[in-house]
Amino acid sequence: MSERESALFLPAIFVGGLVFGLGLAISGMARPEVVLDFLQFEDFGLLFVMGGAAVVTGLAFFLATTFLDRAPLTATEYTRRVKEFDRNVVVGGVIFGVGWGLSGICPGAAYASVGIGNFPILWAIAGMFIGAYAQGYVRSRLANTAN
Amino acid sequence: MDAFTPLLASGLEGLFPRGILPYLVGGLLVGLGATIIYLSTGIIAGASTFLESTLSYVSGVERFNRYKYVQSRDWRVVFTLGIIAGAALWGIVLAPDPSAWTTDVQWWRLLGGGVLVGIGTRLGKGCTSGHGVCGVGSLSETSLVNVATFMAFAIGTAQLVAALGVSP
Repeated sequence: MSERESALFLPAIFVGGLVFGLGLAISGMARPEVVLDFLQFEDFGLLFVMGGAAVVTGLAFFLATTFLDRAPLTATEYTRRVKEFDRNVVVGGVIFGVGWGLSGICPGAAYASVGIGNFPILWAIAGMFIGAYAQGYVRSRLANTAN
Repeated sequence: MDAFTPLLASGLEGLFPRGILPYLVGGLLVGLGATIIYLSTGIIAGASTFLESTLSYVSGVERFNRYKYVQSRDWRVVFTLGIIAGAALWGIVLAPDPSAWTTDVQWWRLLGGGVLVGIGTRLGKGCTSGHGVCGVGSLSETSLVNVATFMAFAIGTAQLVAALGVSP
């Protein structure tokens, strides 16, 4: 983080996270049962969670990149989220999908789940850190042997 | 119309046994949270990068110590604490529901699934929030492909596990 950063930077991140977590709790996505009901076609409500959220962010991205210049707290230029496509995007999507289907929980919803007091979810968070560590370790090793 | 309304309602009840409102309100708030961060800081936040950037506090592995992780790790911790606080505000203060304070999903599903989520989201450059909400909101082809892929495999896996008689 730069020294020029506004004193409001971390508070803004916290408030954004707060509203984000509030939404995840209200939507029920913080509960693996609700996600599994969706994936088993017993309750399609989750479509409204992802759809509703994507519409809001889509509108914000469109308006900011069209009419605004730079973010007030960081002077960062507004952009859309466009990441480069490669094979990993598909392979990662397959692995994530199997994991999400098995556990019914994804990263943001897992943090929210801790907030609603659902402590068995710590199993899933521990697993996520183990998985993230494993891929980072292997990829760092592979990058070094390739050089 | 009078004859049609109950028909429509019963059809919707089958598809949405918990109703639509909590899902829609929740989704709009998730989008609003991401929007607050975006408009004030220009940052497009995803939830899964936290897993790697936080590992840089304790691990010397090269990948976790890349500049973009180390320089973002502090605010990512704050973002996650915000998510936890927001969820607690609803689940513990505003609308306490003791049945949500635990899960019946078995621990090995949570742990094993969690490991795969950790690998897959980091390999695939994002998760349900980064690709699913922000990437789809950006109409990014990369994100649309990733979301279609993880949705298809998640549905297949959940249905297979249920068909094998594991419940929940």
